[in-house]
Amino acid sequence: MEMLARAHVLVCGGTGCSSSGSKVIIPELQKKLKDRGMEHEVKVVETGCHGLCEMGPLVIVYPEGTFYVRVQPEDVDEIVETHLVKGRVVERLLYKEPKTRETVPNYDEIAFYKKQQRYALANCGHINPESLEEYIGADGYAGLAKAISMTPEQVIDEIKASGLRGRGGGGFPTGMKWQFTRAAVGDKKYVICNADEGDPGAFMDRSVLEGDPHRIVEGMAICGYAVGADEGYIYCRAEYPLAIKRLKGAIAQAEENGLLGQGILGSNFNFTLHIKEGAGAFVCGEETALIASIEGRRGMPRPRPPFPANSGLWGKPSNINNVETFANVPAIMRDGAAHFASLGTETSKGTKVFALTGKINNTGLAEVPMGITMREIIYDIGGGIPDGKKFKAVQIGGPSGGCLPEQLLDLAIDYESLTKAGAMMGSGGLVVMDETTCMVDIARYFLNFTQDESCGKCTPCREGTKRMLEILNNITSGNGKEGDIEKLETLAKSIKAGSLCALGQTAPNPVLSTLNFFRDEYEAHIKEHKCPAGACTALLAYTITDKCRGCGLCKKVCPVDAISGEIKGMHVIDQSKCIKCGACQEKCPFKAIDRG
Amino acid sequence: MSNVTDVPTIKMTINGREITVPKSYTVLEAAREADIDIPHLCYHPDLSHEGNCRVCVVEVQGAKSLVASCVYPVSDGMVVRTNTPAVRETRKTVVELMLANHPEDCLFCVKNQHCELQQIAADLGIREVRFHGEKRDNPMDTSNPSIVREPNKCILCTRCVRVCSERQSLDIYSSTNRGFDSIVQPAFGQGLDEVACSYCGQCTTVCPTAALTEKDDTQAVWDAIADPDKHVVVQTAPAVRIALGEEFGLKSGGIFTGQMVAALRRMGFDKVFDTDFAADLTIMEEGYELLGRIKNGGTLPLMTSCSPGWINFIQTNYPDMLPHLSTAKSPQQMFGATVKTYYAERAGVDPSKIVSVSVMPCTAKKWEASMPKFNDSGYRDVDIVVTTRELARMIKSMGIDFTDLPEEDFDAPMGISTGAAQIFGATGGVMEAALRTAYEVYTGKTLEKVDFCDVRGLQGIKEASVDLGGGVILKVAVAHTLRNARKLLEKMRAGEADYHFIEVMACPGGCLGGGGQPYPIDDKVRQARMDAIYNADENMKFRKSHENPAIKELYDTWMGKPNGERAHHLLHTHYKAMEGRLK
Amino acid sequence: MAIKSLDDLRKIKEKANAESSARHESGTQVIVGMGTCGIAAGARTVMTAIMDEIAKRGLKDVSVMQTGCIGMCQKEPLVDIVRPGEERITYGNVKPADVPRIISEHLVNGRIVSDLVVAKL
Repeated sequence: MEMLARAHVLVCGGTGCSSSGSKVIIPELQKKLKDRGMEHEVKVVETGCHGLCEMGPLVIVYPEGTFYVRVQPEDVDEIVETHLVKGRVVERLLYKEPKTRETVPNYDEIAFYKKQQRYALANCGHINPESLEEYIGADGYAGLAKAISMTPEQVIDEIKASGLRGRGGGGFPTGMKWQFTRAAVGDKKYVICNADEGDPGAFMDRSVLEGDPHRIVEGMAICGYAVGADEGYIYCRAEYPLAIKRLKGAIAQAEENGLLGQGILGSNFNFTLHIKEGAGAFVCGEETALIASIEGRRGMPRPRPPFPANSGLWGKPSNINNVETFANVPAIMRDGAAHFASLGTETSKGTKVFALTGKINNTGLAEVPMGITMREIIYDIGGGIPDGKKFKAVQIGGPSGGCLPEQLLDLAIDYESLTKAGAMMGSGGLVVMDETTCMVDIARYFLNFTQDESCGKCTPCREGTKRMLEILNNITSGNGKEGDIEKLETLAKSIKAGSLCALGQTAPNPVLSTLNFFRDEYEAHIKEHKCPAGACTALLAYTITDKCRGCGLCKKVCPVDAISGEIKGMHVIDQSKCIKCGACQEKCPFKAIDRG
Repeated sequence: MSNVTDVPTIKMTINGREITVPKSYTVLEAAREADIDIPHLCYHPDLSHEGNCRVCVVEVQGAKSLVASCVYPVSDGMVVRTNTPAVRETRKTVVELMLANHPEDCLFCVKNQHCELQQIAADLGIREVRFHGEKRDNPMDTSNPSIVREPNKCILCTRCVRVCSERQSLDIYSSTNRGFDSIVQPAFGQGLDEVACSYCGQCTTVCPTAALTEKDDTQAVWDAIADPDKHVVVQTAPAVRIALGEEFGLKSGGIFTGQMVAALRRMGFDKVFDTDFAADLTIMEEGYELLGRIKNGGTLPLMTSCSPGWINFIQTNYPDMLPHLSTAKSPQQMFGATVKTYYAERAGVDPSKIVSVSVMPCTAKKWEASMPKFNDSGYRDVDIVVTTRELARMIKSMGIDFTDLPEEDFDAPMGISTGAAQIFGATGGVMEAALRTAYEVYTGKTLEKVDFCDVRGLQGIKEASVDLGGGVILKVAVAHTLRNARKLLEKMRAGEADYHFIEVMACPGGCLGGGGQPYPIDDKVRQARMDAIYNADENMKFRKSHENPAIKELYDTWMGKPNGERAHHLLHTHYKAMEGRLK
Repeated sequence: MAIKSLDDLRKIKEKANAESSARHESGTQVIVGMGTCGIAAGARTVMTAIMDEIAKRGLKDVSVMQTGCIGMCQKEPLVDIVRPGEERITYGNVKPADVPRIISEHLVNGRIVSDLVVAKL
């Protein structure tokens, strides 16, 4: 029998770590191990995303479970010589808790992971995503095997009992959706996986597809069995080449091994899968636009009803779920609905993956049980705000979501609570903002995104978001007028009420929620021409105080000759010339230049 | 109300009133049963429903947001409110948003008082536009003789996209770009002259604003009339007289031939002639051509050639089928060639001084007249083409009280016509007129019943067969809209069509529903105009083209025989493939 | 290879889990001293011998780990065996030839190889 590797070195090959350099670490490791004659003793495994992307490239050495962060190619030698040969931990590459600055050698002990409950992401970072055997080793396809030993109705009942709801944003009960498609009349039905992840900063779907592609294949096959479909499409944006590659690999492996195709697992259930690459239009995440895009038409939503469950892809009944939703399905089938339903809140069961970005120490992916508070996510998992700054708000739910202020940090997160607070679960993007973030500017940023991504089909979204953006541009550039806030509110109301699809119906949310919690910031911009956060450059003014000693450094450094003054005399900034670059302030040795 | 008993119905409440409507209705359709016409822009009864303008939003109890009533299906127990503050405010904002990105030139816009956006803004009581900012700025397309596209006036309702795709199977327009930069245009932003546009102008009949209009040639007519050196003659197509009244607030379905002639005379035309005369001529030529082809084993089925949208379509899309086309010119062009020869000679007018104007229900006729090949008289056969809509504008600009005009008669000889010519304006009319003549010419017998009802009506494709005696059964088919024409051509290509004669009209309903006809047009209007046409036919003294005394005189004294040498020179043409337009 | 049944899946799973056993917590640990002293005394060949022996016997649920110098350099190579719930036994001066005995006697059958033991913790 072949010698089993005594140690496994897991190198994260997710997109985050790849872009920070993990791609070169793997060959480097393999080369060093070979030089040492240890290539059979130590196995190098490329895994999917571990979630702590901020710290990438990540390398984990088993059996100890030592967690190395920001590993560079030049660190490989030391890992091999010190850790793998001599069994000593390379201290300097260990993770340090942002709060305590203590080093933490082991994966399980890192605060970022401690409060997480990895359900959908259970395999991500722990198995080789290109290995069917490793997926099966992690109990993969046991859910599918169990499902096809049941009746389709029983499978749907199980999903219903789990309380699983759509993870793509809407939060519609998944079991009910499946039942609609099952009940729809049609000789041909489809299962569609929405992998058109488009919220800025959200990448949980990509992580699953890259790190555990078989889980999606299995989840979709279970769904196909339940709804009576024999064909499925994964609509994945073309900007996810690694995800597409892994999915293609997984589909091919599943086909070769009788887990897709005709007579799956010896039953008479047939199911095939195709990948459709989307061109990355945000609106194609809307199910009817997505279906149009698969059909080869322009990706534009159409009014519902009819819902895809009755008339979807090529007019056939189609069940469409998001990646994370499908990722939950295999484990629900395998371990039973009760386990899943034991997690979360009354109305929102299970876990949710959040993408932590913005002014937060641990940016990355965190899967937490529903009902966790925002405070726990931001401070315990996310490690708090960097540079000792003060927390101001968190934007949750992507461009359709809203900004929640400090007083809502202890809100237990679930679908209902977020909607009630003026945000939404969305796909789970969390953008943390500190005191230097201007809330008007944030609203402007998200509106700029939605108006840019509007498909242009319906009037309120096409024309209305443009007008809202223009008003916000005016406000942040110092040209706000009395009545602008009221106009924003009028437009927001009509766009929400009158738009054709969810993109438009939710586009005003970032404006409405910031108006709700940070109205004073809007007013300061408009009435006082001031940006309280000091973020809107157009509203900034640099002024020289009486601390000025007349050294003339500021005058020298000013790129537009806006500063005048005699040596040893007080200097003055001509506001009409100043471009607010801040160079003078940086240069002033006497801190005599105020910004505000 | 749903008095048809076997249609499944539901009960619903609209604004507190309970009504029973067919299950297949949309909320907008149901609301009409409750006497509420919900304002709408992208909705058009002829077309599929998109729900994109969002003007027709209403509140449906239980729905998350407002819904577009034009696409929202009714259901049992549904509770709808069409006049809540949220509905009113949203509609108003939506229309204001359209206006905020629309030129403010209503007063001098060609669609002033015919614009649906203007009407809705007025109906909703919009007195100011609260939102201002960037307006889209895209160039106009004046590349062709028929249709003007002014994208800055487009509200992206996509009616043109749908009519061109669904009715005409041409798919010239589509939405391009995204969001605020969206624009409905031909592929790659090409001009309509560079794509396979048939110039049928159906897009101009459904466009709610002035984004798509006919090219206005009225000034050229005024200029000609004002020129003392010119002898200005006018011909009017059979479908103009049954629709013109609509432009003056009269109900569709009236016949205003006499008033129209009177108006034209008051405008200053030297002679007011009738395209119907040329329609009778067309029947003679085409009828003899058909009988000739049957007798001599020529290419069959023979297909009519009156509709320039159709000619454009077949030349562009089915060049291999060109031998099926009748070589007979359209009535407009026959008239043009005859007026500058036969009439000029008879009236002693220098043909170079004649300005030949035609009033057509059609935008493609402008393109047809502009073709260089149509100069068989030695001059451009038809100089200026104006549509029904343009004629109405000219009459209005003169201050003529159209409804009060006395009825007057066309001038002789080219104003004399038959009922057979009159029915050219309806789908199936050319066929019926041809059958009336072909039967009598072929059999030498008099028709007992001149009405061929099988080829009448708004059905997309109609078929009939006529026993000519002696074992000859003439099999015919009639198609209107280019989608239906395409169906027949595909059938022919597949060898599944054993017709002798096929009539094709590019526009729905035939010329009465032409691209130059008054707004608005839907099947109700088409039916009313059609009824008027057949009424006019019944009231004519002569109802068969070959009985037209002026036509008889023309052949006997000047033209020679139908399909004879002179006829061949003046009244027939040839066709060329136009594949080059498909860049 | 077509997977036809739950049983097929189970077999693949067992094989895969054995192959990735290093990543799972194991019941029994073999710890080899890999300080400079250990390596100098031949710890690497001992470790290779241990790996071979484990593979030969198809043992599961065993992880082989390394540790640094624990200060008994004269007794290197040092090999510790930790069976769940039992004392940690340290063997000293281990030669590759000793490995099969340590594995079969102690690791598999729980009988400590007394003549090689240098410490019990």
